Amino acid sequence: MSSDMSVQPSTIPVTVIGGYLGAGKTTLVNQLLRHADGRRLAVLVNDFGDLPIDADLIESEEENIINIAGGCVCCSFGSDLIAALKTMRDFDPQPEHLLIEASGVSLPGSIAESVTLIADFELDTIIVLADAETVRQRSRETYFADTISRQLSSADLILLNKCDLPTAEALAETQAWLKSEFQDAVLLPTSRCELPLSLLIGNGTSGHKGGNQNDVGEIQFNGHPAYRSAVIEFDRAVDPSKLAHILAHQDTGLLRSKGHVVGADSEVYTVQTVGRKLEVRKSRTGVGNIGKMVVITNRLDLDEDGLAAALGGRNMPG
Amino acid sequence: MKPQDDNITIYRARRILTMNPSNPEAKCVAVKGDRFLGAGSLDELSGWGEFELDERFAGKVLMPGLVEGHSHIMEGVFWRYVYCGYFDRMDPAGAIWPGVKTLDDVLARLAARDSELEDENAPLAGWALDPIYFGDSRLSRADLDSISTVRPIGVLHASGHIMNVNTKALELAGLLRPGINHSGVPLGDDGLPTGELKGPDAMMMANEYVDFDREVLSCDEQGLKEFARLCVRTGVTTAADLANPLPDEAVQIMLRVTGEDTFPVRIVSLRRFFGMTPAEMVERAIELKQKSSDRLRLGIVKVVADGSVQGFTARLRWPGHFNGAPNGLWYVSPEQLQGLYEAALAHDVQVHTHNNGDEATELALDMMERALRKHPHPDHRFTLQHTQLADAAQYRRMKSLGLCVNVFSNHVYYWGDKHPVKTVGAERACRMNACRTALREGVPLAIHSDAPVTPLAPFFTAWCAVNRLTASGKVLGEEERIGVQEALFAITIGAAFTMKLDSEIGSIEVGKKADMAVLEDDPLEIGAENLKDVKVWGVMQGGRIFPAESI
Repeated sequence: MSSDMSVQPSTIPVTVIGGYLGAGKTTLVNQLLRHADGRRLAVLVNDFGDLPIDADLIESEEENIINIAGGCVCCSFGSDLIAALKTMRDFDPQPEHLLIEASGVSLPGSIAESVTLIADFELDTIIVLADAETVRQRSRETYFADTISRQLSSADLILLNKCDLPTAEALAETQAWLKSEFQDAVLLPTSRCELPLSLLIGNGTSGHKGGNQNDVGEIQFNGHPAYRSAVIEFDRAVDPSKLAHILAHQDTGLLRSKGHVVGADSEVYTVQTVGRKLEVRKSRTGVGNIGKMVVITNRLDLDEDGLAAALGGRNMPG
Repeated sequence: MKPQDDNITIYRARRILTMNPSNPEAKCVAVKGDRFLGAGSLDELSGWGEFELDERFAGKVLMPGLVEGHSHIMEGVFWRYVYCGYFDRMDPAGAIWPGVKTLDDVLARLAARDSELEDENAPLAGWALDPIYFGDSRLSRADLDSISTVRPIGVLHASGHIMNVNTKALELAGLLRPGINHSGVPLGDDGLPTGELKGPDAMMMANEYVDFDREVLSCDEQGLKEFARLCVRTGVTTAADLANPLPDEAVQIMLRVTGEDTFPVRIVSLRRFFGMTPAEMVERAIELKQKSSDRLRLGIVKVVADGSVQGFTARLRWPGHFNGAPNGLWYVSPEQLQGLYEAALAHDVQVHTHNNGDEATELALDMMERALRKHPHPDHRFTLQHTQLADAAQYRRMKSLGLCVNVFSNHVYYWGDKHPVKTVGAERACRMNACRTALREGVPLAIHSDAPVTPLAPFFTAWCAVNRLTASGKVLGEEERIGVQEALFAITIGAAFTMKLDSEIGSIEVGKKADMAVLEDDPLEIGAENLKDVKVWGVMQGGRIFPAESI
């Protein structure tokens, strides 16, 4: 199956990471690179020159390019995002996933829009970080209140960082406020951006692995249970669009899902959701694992059997 | 052409306006080498020793060489493309290109250039298109396809933020496909892009295929020389280039070209704050300053705080845009701005800040106040650039903080009709580019063109500040008009002050660089309403004479 896939023209999924200065964007990027687990990540950084990568991760530095252990790279870009994207596209070997770290003042939604101008990239997720201790104060400040609000509004996932700092009461208040103000986004609380890669950018289904089915059930990260993953199997045709809507519905509590299913017209469809955002398209020929959806959630109490039943499928045991 | 250092030449003129308040007018000026020995009567000057009396300017009016405090060398680069602007404009060769008044005229002008190009695949580019004057008509890719379907064609708008391209250019850019979902790429009924590309990212997709290469635009040898020709024709002997990425290779080219004996203008090129920390930026600025020559001055930093008023990307304070459009965009954070100001003040590096909206002005003022508390500086001359919507209270803070201002006077003419009804409403439109307020509150003032956004021509800029007429002939904010003498001061010593060059240039005065604008008309006699029509014969720069007709 993987040999079939290798001849397919593939697009590079892109995650845009936004958020105000100090919210933890660089910490997140380093965290993801540290746990890339063999996946070739490329990072584009749009900042004012502070070295964006932890020193121990750096293998070598060239002009504008930092080579990172495990085949990852990091490039900085000034005002020319398009040129930087073209450079990334032409990289050999091509990166499996691109992370774009937006500057603290830029709008991640605009960057995401521009990514789609180049046919070789597809937008996967917009993650916007917020500092649990300061985001409410920031959102009231004169100069950047509306910028912060526009940043958060564009998020698929709001990563509420530094949750260990405020009091429980203040944290609950901030969470309630974010949930009511930015209802379209999934809220992910964390302390030092300690979240596993697959939760944030998926299992790399565009690469060779075709969804890592070994990671089913409760997944540990840094010694703690971090999230649950499940595979739901469909042994007959489904309505892919209806399926996507159920998966993306707020009540499921899913962070992301991806898979290929057979529609009523016998065509194979790729269904993908990130938080509330959903995408359904005809699959490229030769995709593997047809009839299986991989779902990921940070709800450790997810009722997988119930979800599978609601979707008209069957929960595959790990 | 090279002046002999020991010889004294005394030029007799019809009138000399020195801009030196202690000696405002003279009949003769003595030049020794590249400097003024003084301005006065022939009798007074002859005492300096043996001299040659040069009568070639006997019928001319002399002023200090004009100083353009905010332009871009790109103005010189653009003239290799087809001029598609609505207003008449002079090219580096001195030819006046009549404004094109309809889209058909635009197409005809592009078609004419098309027929001159030998290579049928070569790109064709136009610039300065201003569709707001064409009602609802828009240039479509089908229109441009009528010129060629084989070569890529791109036409850049006057704002610099929108470009129209033909089908071939879309195809090369990878944009001729269905399913594009981008607010800067409008789609036609066929689901394909119309050919209008808005915003830097959308334009960047096509730039390289239609000959608008970024690196070239910021500076190349030919562009620099064409820019210099325009300076001579407009009486400019020192021009600021705001801003340039200034990599070492570009600095080498600029040093070589400006160092040629026949290069007629002093260029002050600012490094834009990007891709570096404040500390690195300041270090680079110091390094650049050391590379400076007489005709290439480096070492000032430019930082951009917000976008443009007409593009609705300027940051406005309450109540925001008149038409309800959302507030504009920030290009720098408070932390970065404060960090830059602090590092620059600590190391005596000058910073110029682009701020169009009054909220961006407020941010600059706030960060400056904080930075100055940490690093007091007796004469920093940090300069606010554009500062189009600042109110009187903000000017008073500028004064307190020791800031200079360089306002965009030409803007009132080109976009002034739009501001009362669309962007900011009548009251704020009246205070745009508030020269009178700046002078009343005691803020050192310069005025500028921002060429190529509007044409390089300081007498036109002065005319705008004096008359505040819009393109439709209305006076916008008559209370902010300034006098002719004040405007002339702003385009000479006023602009020189903002670059810390006022001890060297900006007035005809003993010891200063022998830089002069040589004029056929007397700016003080021609009448305020005609100030833009002052005819420039040419310039003297560093004692060297450059007539416009042979430049």
